[in-house]
Amino acid sequence: MSAITAELVPDRDVTYGRSPAWHFATDVWVLTRRSIARIRREPETLADVTFMPVIFILMFAYVFGGAIALPGRGNYHEYLIGGMLGMGLAQTAPGVAVALVTDMSTGLIDRFRSLPMSRWAVLTARSIAELLTQIISAVVVVGVGLAIGWRVHTGAADVAEAFALSLLFGYAFTWAGVCLGMALRSPEAAQQSGFIIFLPLTFVSSAFVPTQGMPGWLQPVAEWNPMSALAAASRHLFGNPNPAAAVHAWPMQHPELAVVCWAVAMLAVFAPLAVHLYRRKAPG
Amino acid sequence: MGEVPAIEAEGLVKNFGKTRALAGLDLTVPAGSVYGLLGPNGAGKTTAVRVFATLLRPDGGRAQVLGHDVVTAAAQVRRRIGLTGQYAALDEYLTGRANLVMIGQLSRLTANAARRRADEMLERFGLTGAASRAVKTYSGGMRRRLDLAASLIGYPSVLFLDEPTTGLDPNARAMTWEIIRELAYSGTTLLLTTQYLEEADQLARRVAVIDGGTVIAEGPPDRLKSSVGGERLEVALAAGADMATAIAAVMPFAAGGIQPDGDGRRLSVPVAAADGLTTRVVRALDQAGIGVNDVTIQRASLDDVFLSLTGHVSAEAGAETPAETGAELEGSLT
Repeated sequence: MSAITAELVPDRDVTYGRSPAWHFATDVWVLTRRSIARIRREPETLADVTFMPVIFILMFAYVFGGAIALPGRGNYHEYLIGGMLGMGLAQTAPGVAVALVTDMSTGLIDRFRSLPMSRWAVLTARSIAELLTQIISAVVVVGVGLAIGWRVHTGAADVAEAFALSLLFGYAFTWAGVCLGMALRSPEAAQQSGFIIFLPLTFVSSAFVPTQGMPGWLQPVAEWNPMSALAAASRHLFGNPNPAAAVHAWPMQHPELAVVCWAVAMLAVFAPLAVHLYRRKAPG
Repeated sequence: MGEVPAIEAEGLVKNFGKTRALAGLDLTVPAGSVYGLLGPNGAGKTTAVRVFATLLRPDGGRAQVLGHDVVTAAAQVRRRIGLTGQYAALDEYLTGRANLVMIGQLSRLTANAARRRADEMLERFGLTGAASRAVKTYSGGMRRRLDLAASLIGYPSVLFLDEPTTGLDPNARAMTWEIIRELAYSGTTLLLTTQYLEEADQLARRVAVIDGGTVIAEGPPDRLKSSVGGERLEVALAAGADMATAIAAVMPFAAGGIQPDGDGRRLSVPVAAADGLTTRVVRALDQAGIGVNDVTIQRASLDDVFLSLTGHVSAEAGAETPAETGAELEGSLT
């Protein structure tokens, strides 16, 4: 072995002269590539966002669906997919929390913090990698939906708007998962958060059943649940049965706008909070 | 030595809730040497390193690394340091090479330079054969080597090694020691925390003993050792020697109480180190008519230093605890 360090780093080998924006983009790219490499090596990590939606769709379409009456006699299979899309996106949040808690517990985040890299890059890269898995989840939901007879009855622009809203919402929602990952200590706790937080969040909404059938005290909760707004917006834009249109609550009357509001609100709250938690006690 | 110290801390204070992890720590680490930070579990070693590595903001006092303040010039500090913690901070699912290239790029190397440097490091740490395997297939020793390689990839001038051998088997520990010696030889400043006295003794040119968040002793290991009773002469007497006469003969040389051994054939004499001492002791015994079979000099170990300074034995004597300071780590992550 020859001498290991004390060599000076050659100027042409370092990127110190570049702009902060260039550094940020490079760091995000390097770290996003890391998450993608992980998925390529261990595709089973995608089980959460691929098999889960398939199982949920089949279960609701063929087991529970027959017992769920839609006001106005719509086709439940067509109704289901709009809700399932949001469910699939929300389902990725525990995953992002688990990944971050794991990086924390192995000391990798500490190593990143000790490097001269962009402070926001670690979390931003994670959110972008998550967006990619959300796109995969959406493709799976659409594929299975088409297989069980779901169809869109509107133009390309409406459909594109539905997917854009879904991914905007999904991306904003990811930051809730990032916050959770920054706040929790064990990967197990992060995993459980899926059942404790995200499952009730998706079920107490119009994702799977119309809110009209819920007890009176629960209806406002479900109607103001962001998942209901997303489901209503998707159904509206796909031209699918949308019983929520008959509900007077503001988000049900303006689902697209409500989705944007929720997404902006979640980004405004969770992104700075996540970065705050990330930097807590660490200078700069 | 007019040059800037590698690390300089003045009155560092860090609290975790009600726990005072650092209670006014003062430390000066000269550039270009191995410096040992020695202390029991929870003494504040890891907290100190985390402050120096810009991971923790101190509640009081100040610290500089190569003249840059760790709080106000954290970015400057991060360009010059490498950090190896108690756990291998690596991505388990990436290959060894991918880990190094990633850390290299995040250390502001260009993509090409990062790849070149990664291959260089893999070669030097004997990991070329495993370079394309996922880290989760690595043994503990391989992980630690890769982790060290990762901390070196950005050409650091100051390297923090936080308990680099905790939890390693003796083989892997010996290999890590070899790497540390080599790094020291190359001129990198190394701050090494350890609860193993032997490790500090073997590797560090200077040692600070930390307990309760402050430095309670500082200096080269040899001087620390001589500060605690210096040396002992162990004298084995010939058969038939009179113990009382022997004690009277060595009394003028003793720096403390003389302990006769159980079988009446051995004497343990604390002495102040001096040239020609052994010769004079043997001559005095000879003149008193006492036969001597053997004389050995026992230097105080860092264990003795530790015991006399802290009032408790080192962790080495007790059970090995791989996770050094649960409280410190938890506190810093909350």
